[in-house]
Amino acid sequence: MQIEDFQTQSHLLLWRARPFRDSFPICFGLCYEAHVRHELAAANPYSRFSKRMRTLSKTKVHCQPHPVVLTKTPTGIQGLDDITAGGLPQGRPTLVSGQAGSGKTLLAIEFLARGALEFNEPGVFMAFEENGKELVQNVVSLGFDLSDLIARKLVLIDYIEIEHNEAGETGEFNLEGLFVRLGYAIDSIGAKRVVLDSLETLFAGLTNTAILRAELRRLFCWLKSKGVTAIITAERGDGTLTRHGIEEYISDCVILLDHRVNNQFATRRLRIVKYRGSAHGADEYPFLIGDRGLSVWPMTSLGLTHVAPTDRVLSGISRLDAMLGGKGYYRGSSILVSGTAGSGKTSLAAHLADAACRRGERSLMFLFEESPSQLIRNMRSIGIDLEPWVKKERLLLHAARPTLCGLEMHLVTMRKLTEDFEPSVVVIDPVTNLAAGGTMAEARSLLKRLIDYFKTRQITAFLTNLTAGTRTEENSEMGISSLMDTLLLVRDIETNGERNRLLYVLKSRGMAHSNQVREFRLTDGGIDLLDAYIGPGGVLTGTARLAQEAREASEALMLQRDSDLRKHELDCKRQAIEAKMDALRLELAGSEADWERIGAQEMEREETKVHDRAAMAQARRSDSVARRETDGMEMSLAHART
Amino acid sequence: MPARKRTQAIAPPSPPPEAWQERFILRLYVAGTTPQSTRAILNARKFCEENLNGRYQLDVIDIYQRPTLARDEQIVAVPTLVRHLPLPLRKLVGDLSDFERVLIGLDLPVPKRAQTIVKSTK
Repeated sequence: MQIEDFQTQSHLLLWRARPFRDSFPICFGLCYEAHVRHELAAANPYSRFSKRMRTLSKTKVHCQPHPVVLTKTPTGIQGLDDITAGGLPQGRPTLVSGQAGSGKTLLAIEFLARGALEFNEPGVFMAFEENGKELVQNVVSLGFDLSDLIARKLVLIDYIEIEHNEAGETGEFNLEGLFVRLGYAIDSIGAKRVVLDSLETLFAGLTNTAILRAELRRLFCWLKSKGVTAIITAERGDGTLTRHGIEEYISDCVILLDHRVNNQFATRRLRIVKYRGSAHGADEYPFLIGDRGLSVWPMTSLGLTHVAPTDRVLSGISRLDAMLGGKGYYRGSSILVSGTAGSGKTSLAAHLADAACRRGERSLMFLFEESPSQLIRNMRSIGIDLEPWVKKERLLLHAARPTLCGLEMHLVTMRKLTEDFEPSVVVIDPVTNLAAGGTMAEARSLLKRLIDYFKTRQITAFLTNLTAGTRTEENSEMGISSLMDTLLLVRDIETNGERNRLLYVLKSRGMAHSNQVREFRLTDGGIDLLDAYIGPGGVLTGTARLAQEAREASEALMLQRDSDLRKHELDCKRQAIEAKMDALRLELAGSEADWERIGAQEMEREETKVHDRAAMAQARRSDSVARRETDGMEMSLAHART
Repeated sequence: MPARKRTQAIAPPSPPPEAWQERFILRLYVAGTTPQSTRAILNARKFCEENLNGRYQLDVIDIYQRPTLARDEQIVAVPTLVRHLPLPLRKLVGDLSDFERVLIGLDLPVPKRAQTIVKSTK
């Protein structure tokens, strides 16, 4: 019953407004009355309406029992919703203040355009400074087709021309004309968002500021009652947020835009001065006006809570992988290679990018020294062909002069490209050049945030750090070495009238890395790592290493020759001895032969003697002799035979 | 409106008498029937009777009823008196209680002592 009663009440008011449909104020007034009753009911818990409201919410809407938190209207502007934790206060006006050219109008118009496109909330733009045609033209560069949105009745631009009147006002006045126009505009497209750009122009046209202020206060109250989320832009004054002090009427949310020139580099910054009823980032955030609107970089909102992946990324150089525990870098880690000019840092980076592309991943290289074609040509000389990867869109080479814009702009661009390209490896070559666009302290803090950003996105970041010849490589110029997971040092050493490169892993978190210095060579087939000669003479590299190696080889050769000679000598000796042995043996054989010959002669002689004796006995005819003769003859013959 | 302002700047300080005889087409934009609106309408009528006797046309427009006209005619503050003729277009903001200013605003000769008839009840 009660609900019905309440609804009837509201409907009755609307019904009463019906005959006055043409008469806008009465209709509006009645609607407003209905609205106010509603508001009052919400505000006063003991009122009759409130009871009805509660019943209403219990029975129909199922409202949350918790106290109502501040609802927010997302702006859709990249990063701004992060800083404001959800957007601008819904149904309340927000002041956007800044100097001329700080991007107030663009912020406001993007708020409307994104509201219309992404959140389906139509918006009204009350332009006090530019007419609709100019505005449409101006935001085409941001990628918003306002004329289309206007045609689809999602955006309405009403240009309010303020003429300066020298004579001043002829009496009392009010701003009902503005109210009527705004109200009409809001109602004609059902707007949820309103922009007043910039209200302070009224102060130029109307001289009676007392009335004007009272009217502005009324305007803001009226906007709140309309329930539209409004952005009011204002020029920044000296020491005050706005030139005419209208900030005292809009106190729910104040955003300050700044365009500062530091070291001849202009940087845009945004700061939330206050935001009632909500936590917000309080720092100055750099922002960029790019081809897709504003992007604010809420860097300090990042916590140190990123997940550390355990898988590895190969560096593209097998010996370097071996130095890093055999598996390469960790994915999502940040690697800094530090070295003087010409020490091969870019080549190391190119190897990593090439390896990532080979695996089918995407890599992004930011070049601050070379143009893409120059890099491709130079890397081809060491056997890395990056061009096919560029053509296959696996590798994106983004070259920019470090002096092109301020550091913040560079970083915001880098973040934007990273988000668009989604690489797994990012190379910044060299990171030190970024400092050219800002002071060193700024560069450091921003770079830290950039590295954090890569880590949270699990992108392997490879940064090269150019050190001046006189500085020690361990302290990277940007003071970020402590942030790095892996720190490689490429050191030039100059000995014997030549420079040679040495590479070693200064640190590599979470892996057993080699502590040995390697000699680093750039060959036609890429980077080659050699074991540096480490001997009694110290670490030798380059030709010194070669000379030492030659010396060692010759020494070995000498030794070899020496031993050969000795062996030869031994052989000779052996031969001589053997020859001698042969001679002796011959001599022995000779002696033996003599001996035999003598024996034979002896026997012959004996035989002859026996024969002669026998012949003599025969001649004497002695029988005994004869008998003995035959026996003796036979015996001596047998003896001789043996 | 820079061109218009320039012509105004180089115009002679006192317009020629024949211009005074021109017909005035005036429109008074008001918002609703507030005391301020009523005051403005009364003041406008009084002013026209006294200074433009018979050679004027005064239309009173309620912007609540014709909000688009407020947009087209670039009305921001009310009451606003717009002089459509003679050219150039002039806009006078306020409830017209200060006749001297109205005279200056409409390029009419200002007498030694302009009378202020209906003062604002403040």
